[in-house]
Amino acid sequence: MTDTPVLSVRDLVVEIPTRHGVLRPVDNVSYDIHAGEILGVVGESGAGKSMTGNAVIGLLDRPARIVSGEILLSGQPIQGLKRDAIRKLRGKKMGMIFQDPLTSLNPLLTVGDQLTETILEHLKVGQTEARKRAIAALEEVGIPAAAQRINSYPHEFSGGMRQRVVIALALCAEPDLVIADEPTTALDVSVQAQIVALLKRLCRERGVAVMLVTHDMGVIAEAADRVAVMYAGRLAELGPVREVLTQARHPYTAGLMASTPLASQGRKRLRQIPGSMPRLGALPTGCAFHPRCEFAQDKCRQEPGPTLDRCDGRAACWFPLTAKQEVSA
Amino acid sequence: MSDTPAPAPQSRLRRAWNSDFAWSFRHAPVAIISSFVVLVLILAAVLAPLIAPHDPFNPATLNLMNGFTPPGQANAFTGDTFLLGTDDQGRDVFSTILYGMRISLFVGFAAVMLAMVIGVTLGLLAGYLGGWVESIIMRVADVQLTFPAILVAMLIFGIAKGITPPEYRDQMAIWVLILAIGLSDWVQFARVVRGATLVEKSKEYVQAARLIGRSPFAIMLRHILPNVLNPVLVIATISLALAIIAEATLSFLGVGAPPTKPSLGTLIRIGQEFMFSGEWWILFFPALALLALALSINLLGDWLRDALNPRLR
Amino acid sequence: MSALISVRDLTRVFDVSKPWLNRVIERLPRALLTAVSDVSFDVPENSVYALVGESGSGKSTIGKIIVGLVPPSAGSVEIEGVDLATETDAKKIEAVRDDIQMIFQDPFASLNPRWRVRDIIEEPVAAKGGKTNGLAEKLLEQVGLSAADAGKYPHEFSGGQRQRICIARALASEPRIIVCDEPTSALDVSVQSQVLNLMSDLREDLGLTYLFISHDLTVVQHMADVIGVLYLGRLVEEAPRDKLFNDPKHPYTQMLFDAAPKMDAFGREVDPPKGEIPDAINPPPGCAFHPRCPLATERCKTERPEMRHIGDTRVACHHAE
Repeated sequence: MTDTPVLSVRDLVVEIPTRHGVLRPVDNVSYDIHAGEILGVVGESGAGKSMTGNAVIGLLDRPARIVSGEILLSGQPIQGLKRDAIRKLRGKKMGMIFQDPLTSLNPLLTVGDQLTETILEHLKVGQTEARKRAIAALEEVGIPAAAQRINSYPHEFSGGMRQRVVIALALCAEPDLVIADEPTTALDVSVQAQIVALLKRLCRERGVAVMLVTHDMGVIAEAADRVAVMYAGRLAELGPVREVLTQARHPYTAGLMASTPLASQGRKRLRQIPGSMPRLGALPTGCAFHPRCEFAQDKCRQEPGPTLDRCDGRAACWFPLTAKQEVSA
Repeated sequence: MSDTPAPAPQSRLRRAWNSDFAWSFRHAPVAIISSFVVLVLILAAVLAPLIAPHDPFNPATLNLMNGFTPPGQANAFTGDTFLLGTDDQGRDVFSTILYGMRISLFVGFAAVMLAMVIGVTLGLLAGYLGGWVESIIMRVADVQLTFPAILVAMLIFGIAKGITPPEYRDQMAIWVLILAIGLSDWVQFARVVRGATLVEKSKEYVQAARLIGRSPFAIMLRHILPNVLNPVLVIATISLALAIIAEATLSFLGVGAPPTKPSLGTLIRIGQEFMFSGEWWILFFPALALLALALSINLLGDWLRDALNPRLR
Repeated sequence: MSALISVRDLTRVFDVSKPWLNRVIERLPRALLTAVSDVSFDVPENSVYALVGESGSGKSTIGKIIVGLVPPSAGSVEIEGVDLATETDAKKIEAVRDDIQMIFQDPFASLNPRWRVRDIIEEPVAAKGGKTNGLAEKLLEQVGLSAADAGKYPHEFSGGQRQRICIARALASEPRIIVCDEPTSALDVSVQSQVLNLMSDLREDLGLTYLFISHDLTVVQHMADVIGVLYLGRLVEEAPRDKLFNDPKHPYTQMLFDAAPKMDAFGREVDPPKGEIPDAINPPPGCAFHPRCPLATERCKTERPEMRHIGDTRVACHHAE
């Protein structure tokens, strides 16, 4: 392992021009992912977490575009690259796992065809070798009787097995980085546990860097090494998962944790964050969270929230919570 | 970004002007031009008695001497000039077009209305009730769809004509036309409405209405119908263009509007007899009017389909 | 406490066969999907009964049968002693219909986009010719919105606010029971807590009874008094909340609890459960859970376990103790 992070995102800004003005679904986001590490990205719908992943892998839908910032893959910037080069890179160095396994596989090709095609495209191997590797990839993600199942079509697999195939597809070209966008949201609890365990094992065994985008705090807690909490397009908090989840410094993270019904809490009233996340087109002045924040002060209402590197590097907040200030339930 | 309240309310007019629909209209030059053309043509047709320089159906004002006057030139015998010339009987082509368009538009609108009422009703019933009701309605629709609409219209026209007494035939011709075109065109409405109904029916607001014991008809009428009207509007617009052309085709074939009450199609039929003898204007201008009318309505419908389709926005 | 809802041997079979002609040509048998199989339970007045299960467990179907949206294939549902499927007295049916309401999962599909909020909320009363003066305004304030919202359309509200409108509509006919089908699973966490708190408050203020259908164990643990666990259309375990979470008897319940992601289980390494939910058209014989069950024996493969009582718990397993 080298010290260079596999993925390094610096001050990334994504904008969508609309007739109501320019929206910024991703605003000044910076983070690194190292080899063998799972970075969890959480946030509510519309917080910009999927958009960040899509920006990295070059799958932004027009008219959304990256307007500034850097994306470095193993230290190399990838923006200036031609579209063809990015496409090559996407399969070779980056893999993507989507939420819905059914729509991310081609229904007209067998899973074997799809796997060997990807392998042939990105690795210098022959047809037989590619097929061998495809079977190995299926075995690795835990598909029983892989040698026979390789000739099946996607619809012949169950939901959980299909998601395994998608993972095999994302990993078969031996990428350094995998972006998993809500990989377990469409699955049942028992299958979700299987997929999370699989992702963790692959990450550990193959040293892949994983960006795990999800809204489920429980999945983050179990799978991620570090977690990035997003709110209204910005990073609210970034840090080791245990610290962020147990001792949140940003009032939003704290509120989010407190409003999740926890086993220990029993029948007590849940804490709630008042209101809902503002629309990108109607962000309040100052820190985007201030109207919902119980600790907001004048500075929060007037000045935009700080970026992470301008404060303690953990919580993008003018007045990060200290241990004493733990939100009292 | 759905989980957010809308911005502060504005006045109704302002809101309409700012709505996505109005915005998409303002940014579609084709839509603006074609709606302008449609509007002008419709106005001209409606106001024909006020605009038209002559009444082509009043024999008292006709002068056979004026026959075959070329457009814009003075007639050799009478010295009268006509903007678009005259036909063999000395009728002013411009006026006949205005009056002809009236008939074409009336037949078109009425036929589409009829098709829409039948199609939407049957589509709602088929989609919401399902079962054998759906099977029967949709099989009939499928069968009808295998014949060209114009053929069906001719068939209906023929039957209707056969059972009306000869002395009423000319009076009834327009209504028979409407019936024929309307009945040949309901299938599209039924199919689209059925599809949309199936989608809406599975939504939870319909279940909520069932839960409180609303009758199927109340649900169809009050809940589902308002939510399937967007595609109906699109089809109605495009159907209007098709109905006008269908009417023109029937009239051109001589089974439509009678020469005493000519529509654009009748005018074209009359005009084509003179096409090779040099009097091109008798054919050309009615044909141009028909083209402008049908094309701009069609373009408007095309735009409407895109503007109302949330996926293309 | 008397049972407000009483479900007996409820079974619902859906015909999911291909059309007749395809079946003949492709020589396929009829495909019958047993969504609910022999389920019995009681919901006492003023309690929260939760049904949990994964997809295909039949939990939503049971909810729909109870409110009368789907007729049962066999068995019965009695609400206040009235069986909606067989009752002939229109007055009684009307009364029960008013007493039971439902909140749906998707707040974006459960409000008619072309109706004003006032009309949506008042519909249950207006449809029966009742007086609706100021009703919508009163209910809106009761669910934490403002009376001025009555004139707006649903698209002007956020997901959480829409779910409040749905709750207001459900309250309009002054029901005693509300069936909640995954009421918060489409909402973000911070909004979910608002809605759950509102539901708890309303329950206390109005003495409501909830049948709470969910796949989310943390939410169920927070809301429910008694929990029924469903697997493949069968009720496998039923117990009071604390009893169930502290001492789950059925191997499936245990598996479900182990598999659920936990907020305080950092870097937890457990063996994930094996296998997947079987096809409901051809369920395994005997106990439906036996192919995935660590305790399964020969008996489990042939004999379907009956519900038996162990203390407060009812469990359908040959080996539970």
